[in-house]
This record gives sequence, structure tokens and C-alpha cells, in this order.
Amino acid sequence: MEVVRREKLRAAAPLEQPKSREELRVRQLRARDLLRGDLEGDELQEHVEDSVLTTTLDKVLNWGRANAMFPATFGLACCAIEMMSIVSPRYDIARFGAEAMRASPRQADFIILSGRVSIKMAPVVRRIYDQMLEPKWAISMGACSSSGGMFANYAVVQGADKFMPVDMHVPGCPPRPEALLYGFNKLQKKILGHPDPGWRRRYNAEGTEEWARGADLATPEEREAYERAREAAAAAMPMSTRSSSGPGA
Amino acid sequence: MSETVAHSETLERTDEDPVGKHAIERTEAVGPDGDLEQELMTINMGPHHPATHGVLRLMLSLQGEVVRELKPVMGYVHTGIEKSCETKSYWKVIPFVERMDYLSYFFQMQAFCGAVEQLLELEVPRRANWLRTMHLELNRIHSHLVWLGTSALDLGAMSMFFYCFRDRDRILDLFEMSSGQRMHTRYFQVGGVMEDIPTDFGARVLDFCDEMPSRVDQFEAILNKNEIFLQRTKDVGIVPRERLLELGVTGPLLRAAGEPWDLRKVSPYAAYEEMDFAIPVGTVGDGYDRYRVRAAEIRESVKIIRQCVEGLPEGPYISDDRKVCLPPRDELSTSMEALIHHFKLVTEGFRVPPGEIYNPVESPRGELGCFLLADGSAKPARVHFRDPSFVNLQSLREMCVGGYIADLIQNLAMLDPILGGIDR
Amino acid sequence: MPDAPGLELIAQEINDAHEGAILGTYHERGQACLISDPDQILEVLTWLRETPGQEYHFLASVHGVDYLPAEPRFGVHYELLNMRRVERVRVRAALPDPGGDQLPELDSCVELFPTANHQEREVYDFFGIVFRGHPDLRRILMPEDYVGWPQRRDFPVGGEPVAFTVHERDAAWYEHE
Repeated sequence: MEVVRREKLRAAAPLEQPKSREELRVRQLRARDLLRGDLEGDELQEHVEDSVLTTTLDKVLNWGRANAMFPATFGLACCAIEMMSIVSPRYDIARFGAEAMRASPRQADFIILSGRVSIKMAPVVRRIYDQMLEPKWAISMGACSSSGGMFANYAVVQGADKFMPVDMHVPGCPPRPEALLYGFNKLQKKILGHPDPGWRRRYNAEGTEEWARGADLATPEEREAYERAREAAAAAMPMSTRSSSGPGA
Repeated sequence: MSETVAHSETLERTDEDPVGKHAIERTEAVGPDGDLEQELMTINMGPHHPATHGVLRLMLSLQGEVVRELKPVMGYVHTGIEKSCETKSYWKVIPFVERMDYLSYFFQMQAFCGAVEQLLELEVPRRANWLRTMHLELNRIHSHLVWLGTSALDLGAMSMFFYCFRDRDRILDLFEMSSGQRMHTRYFQVGGVMEDIPTDFGARVLDFCDEMPSRVDQFEAILNKNEIFLQRTKDVGIVPRERLLELGVTGPLLRAAGEPWDLRKVSPYAAYEEMDFAIPVGTVGDGYDRYRVRAAEIRESVKIIRQCVEGLPEGPYISDDRKVCLPPRDELSTSMEALIHHFKLVTEGFRVPPGEIYNPVESPRGELGCFLLADGSAKPARVHFRDPSFVNLQSLREMCVGGYIADLIQNLAMLDPILGGIDR
Repeated sequence: MPDAPGLELIAQEINDAHEGAILGTYHERGQACLISDPDQILEVLTWLRETPGQEYHFLASVHGVDYLPAEPRFGVHYELLNMRRVERVRVRAALPDPGGDQLPELDSCVELFPTANHQEREVYDFFGIVFRGHPDLRRILMPEDYVGWPQRRDFPVGGEPVAFTVHERDAAWYEHE
């Protein structure tokens, strides 16, 4: 069943006070009939649709997970200061439901890796990530945890995704708190099941991919696999984000 | 018969709280008089811990709640900055060293740029020095606000966190005005500052200076007479002044113990000679004194910033030595030499004549020294930072041993360690 | 800082007290440096600390420098400070590289200056210089089981080559960085 749109619900079952005593009486009688089982067929259907929101369990779970995420504080270096400032009043992550930063990984939903991951710290990070309970996500905040940042040397792991799965990379050195919040919102959309389309879809740039080994060197099987993957991803997109014509076309 | 006896024995036991007695019997320990507290328990605190101010690992030996031994283990955010600097030209080193002690980034820039300028025997124009001083003091306030917010959070005063970060955001707005970045601004350049401040920067800074003292009043109103805060910080973590000097401790920790040592006064750099300010000094050297010293330092910094804005001299914001500093862009279209200098500076960088220098500055945590070895090429041969937190951490053991574990949290908070500086 | 003639005087006095302890001095850009024989470093530091009129009680920093290819290869710098007169002097212990698998050795000054505890561990961690008499000489910033002395000049900086798609056609793409 489709999620009933809010406007239709409000039009059918207005929240305002009844305009007259007669209207109030009508509403009361309808409610009594409903309870008694007197409403049948279309009337019943309409009444139920007016008062009840229907959805799937998956969507409700995702909605709950996305809007009440507990971050695990994993402040490593400079990005930790900007991560602390998203809790501050100006950038306020509390409006997205995520201000309860849990120190214990067992209680946390997602981990914000803020800062450079040194080789001594990498096993510790992995252990903390393993201690988190499913479902769990990871945001790699800043250039250092996404790809090693400016530190291409012996001491820094060149990206946290070398040793653990990362769902969202937020670039910056350090990323502004707004950038981190944008990354967090993107992660929420991912959890809700409608991730933002990649830039190739959004700017109608499909077909511009570079083949690492030259398009002529790719085997036909690989090319077909890519086509199929692209079609599957397109089918999974909700209708509204799919556009057959690009911007300005 | 025997069952009855056994049964009655069991019954007798259940009369007196069996769980408690069995538990005591089980853990009744090592000592001849069976004292519970004789066992030493070694636990590990960190590196992932909300109250260690970064990734610090402490190995504690506890006897009950009393800390008997403490060993810090560092290196969890060691980034190899000093090694990376040897492969970069002097300009490119500046963003690297900025990220060591990540709350006092201007101070690292000042230490490094000052060292390079001394090796080059380059004179920094007056306006640049005053701008540098203004930004250094703004950074000092910023660092102290973050410290105050997080330390009060550790000690339980959660609302301080929000107040301090709100004011910290105002300072970051000012940094964004002058350099475009909130943190790690890379604003200082060898020879001066990267670019001049916008026209209404002074007015905004003065607005900030007008408001900040009343904010500090509000912070002190929350904490100074707060019974819990006083009980947690008074007479806790005292290390005698001589011992602190032996351990190499500098900064607010040393000043709280009564030693009036501040590099801004004794060996001034930038424009500190022309500023009129005082150095807050404590008496006892406990956690409360350390907090009061830092809060008073915020007030003194506000005074310095106000003097910087009101007396800011006109003039160039960077030295005009074209071998070291970029020529102004309008010259590039008219002057061949300017184009060549620009090209050489941007591609290879300037060369520094061989020499060694040690340039100390007073960072919010103590003496931050930059040792620079130049070998005549465009890249430094050795950059080493004497980080104040690295040396101050050695006093943690003396502060905590013999105290409770709750006092350990307080001592660590008042020590103000920044692991980026400790680990570099 | 003691000025150049003052520095020469100090060097002379130390050499009078301990034969051959000071191998040289230099005074540049306002900073004074004494180059000391590594085997007599403790005597030099004690002299600078105890002698009335010198009294450099505060050790600001101990750090190592690799002067490769100049000889002697290693220098351990001691930044001393007298807080009353606000004077700094630097002592460099010029350590040659013994070669092969042997590590250079130096006496630890932890009893003289307790602040050198962690700092000498750092010099050991990064340069492999062993401090005789240090209570707890082990790695401080690198992992405990790390092999190699990172801040020596002949140790590679490390990192990984960045894989650009253009280079993937070559078999030896990883050598591009």
C-alpha cells in the first residue's frame, strides 16, 4: 500500500474544529458507526484511509533508524573539534535527532571517524567498529580519514576504508560543520532508502565513464555487466528523481 | 545425621545474607589480614574514551579507587608531520605544522614562520606583526574556550559546553572573515600575513571584545562558586613549583603554581612589546588555580586584541623582499622581474641559507618551540616542534598518583593536553 | 643568549674543567650553540647547570637531528634555558653513526633533568639513539613492534602511490608517484 499523502489526508479529515454543531454530530455518528461495524464498503475504505497511515514495516524501521541515530564519538584529531561544534547551538545536530553522542560503541548507531587514522590507531578503530551492533554506519569525516588527506607518509592509513566499510565520506580539512551535517543528511536519505543519485545521473552524463584500461580493452561481459547494473540502479530509483531529459533539455 | 548437620549449616548461612558473604569469601584476598583493598587492579583507560581529550591511553594501577601507578601510552594520532615536512618546500610546510596542536594553529604558524624569518634575517613589517598578534590572541581565547567547555563537560557542567562553543563560533567567524577558513587558516606567511584584513574586520573584532568580558563573567558566575566544581578542583592535583620546573612544564600549569613565566613578557616576539597586559599567576597550583589562570588569560587577551585593533599601524602586510614574498598581482603584468620571482617562488620556493634555529613562542599550553635546520635548499632538513603538551604530560603521573580516579579525570582536564601536539 | 665572546668563554671554562668536552662553538643569528663530545655530555650539562653564574636549570627540549650526509651523523640537541637571566644556550652532542646494525649510544640525562624522560624516548623512537641509564627506554609514538627509525634521513617517507586511471594501462603504474 502506498504511503498516503498528507495533503489528501488533511483534505479528507480536517483537523480544524467542526464548523457547526451539525457537523460535529455527523462526525460523532460516523465514528460510532465505524466502531459498531455499520460503515461498509467504500465508506469504510474512505474512513480508514482518512484516519490511518499505511506503510511498510521496512519503511517505518528505516524512518525510525534514520531520525534517531546515536553517533559514537570517535574524535581523533582536528575534525573532532568541528564534530563537537555540530552539537553546539549554532549547527545543532539535535534537530536531526542525533545529539545523544554515545561513548560506548555498543549503544551507538553510527561512527563519525573524525581525524587522521594512524597506523597505531587503526586496529583500535576496527575493534570499536566491530563492537557496534547492526545496523551500523560509518561516516568518514575529513580528508584524512577518507583518503589519508595531506599526510601521504608512513604513519597515516591512507583512508579508513582500507580496513573498515565506510558509508559516507565528507571532504574538507576540516569540513565545516554544515558540510558534516549535509553528509549526515545524505546518510539519512541513504538509510531511508532513497539515496541521492550520483552526479552522472543527475547531470545526464551517463556514457562519459572512463575505462581504466581503455574501452577497447574491456571485455563484452564486463560492459554488459555494467549495463545491467546501471539498469538495476535506475529501476530502484523512485520516479520523481528519474528524468529522461537532462537539465535544460 | 550428617545430612541434618549439613542442612543446618546451610540454613545458618542463608540466615545471614548468603550472597554477600560468599562474595566476600570469594574475593577475600591476598593480604594476611584479608583486607579487600590490597589487590592492585590494572585497567586501561582509552584510547577511545570520552574524557581523555583525544586518543590518549592511560594504564592505571588502582587499589580500590586510589590510583597507585599511571603510565600514559601515546602515539595513537602520530602523523609523521615532522618527517613529511622534510619533503615539502617552506611554504608547504606551514599547513602541515598547523595541524599539530590543532587548537592553537596560529601559534604553530608563528613559531615556524618566525624561525624561517630569523634564518632569512627577514624583517616583518609592523602592520603584519600587529595583525599576527591580534590573531594569536584570538586563537588563545579560542583554545581556552574549547578547553573550558570540554573540561566543564568532563566535570559535569554540561551547559558550559554549549556556552563556550557558542562564543567560540564568534571567533571562528572572525577567522573566516580574515582568511576564509574557520580552522587551520594558513593565514601567516613567511614575511608577514597572507593578505590584509577586510575593512570592517576591526569593527567586528571590537564588538567581540566588548562582549567577551561579560561572557567570561557569566562563565565565572557558573563555576567559581559552584560547590561541586570547587570540591572537585580545590587542592587537587598539586605539584610543587620546583618539581614542575624540573619536569619542564610551562604555560598556565606553571603560572598556576606561582611562577610568573610567560614568553610574551620575557622574550617578546611579534608585537607583544608594545602591548600592555598582565600575566595571571596562581598561588597553590591546584585545579582551581589552573582554571582561574586560564579564565583570567581570556580577559587579558581581550585587552591585547583591543589594543591591536585600536593601534593597528598602516603599511604593508607582508615584507617586500621579492625573493621570499610574492609580488602583488598587478605588478605581474608590467614587470618581468616580478613574473620571474613569482614563478620561482611558486614552483621551487625560496632557498634558506644553511643554519639552525630554535624559535619558542607562548602557546595556550606553554612553550611551543620550533627547531629548524636549513641546508641551503628549498626544503627544510629538519623541522621539530617542542610541544608543550608532550612535556606537560609528564607531570600527570605526579598529579594523579595517590589520588582518586575521579581526580584523575579532573587532573587530565586541567592539564589541557592536545594529543595532536603530543603525537605530532 | 650569551653573546659570541661570552660563548667562547663558557667553552673555554668547560674545556678547562673537562678536557676535550667542547669540540666547537657557533653563534649565529643570535643563538649560541656548543658542540660537545658525546661521551662527556653529562659533564657538560652538569657544568652548565651547577656552575654559579651559569645555572641553566631548565631544559626546554631534547631532540635529535640527522645531519646525513655530514659527519658526525647524529646530533642530539639540548635546549637549555636560564629563567632568571632569560638566556638560552644549545648543546649539541655530535654522535657518529657506528655503522651496520649497531645503534649509537649516549648517556641519559634523566637524573639531571627529569623532563628528558619522554623526550629521550622520542629521540630513541625516531633515530635509534640508545640512552644509557634511561629508566624505561622504549618506543613512545610509534607502535611498540615497529621496525625502523622513521626520522632518519635514509628512511623513506612512505605513503602509497595514488592510482590514476590514466596510469593503469602501464604495467609499472605504481612507480609513477
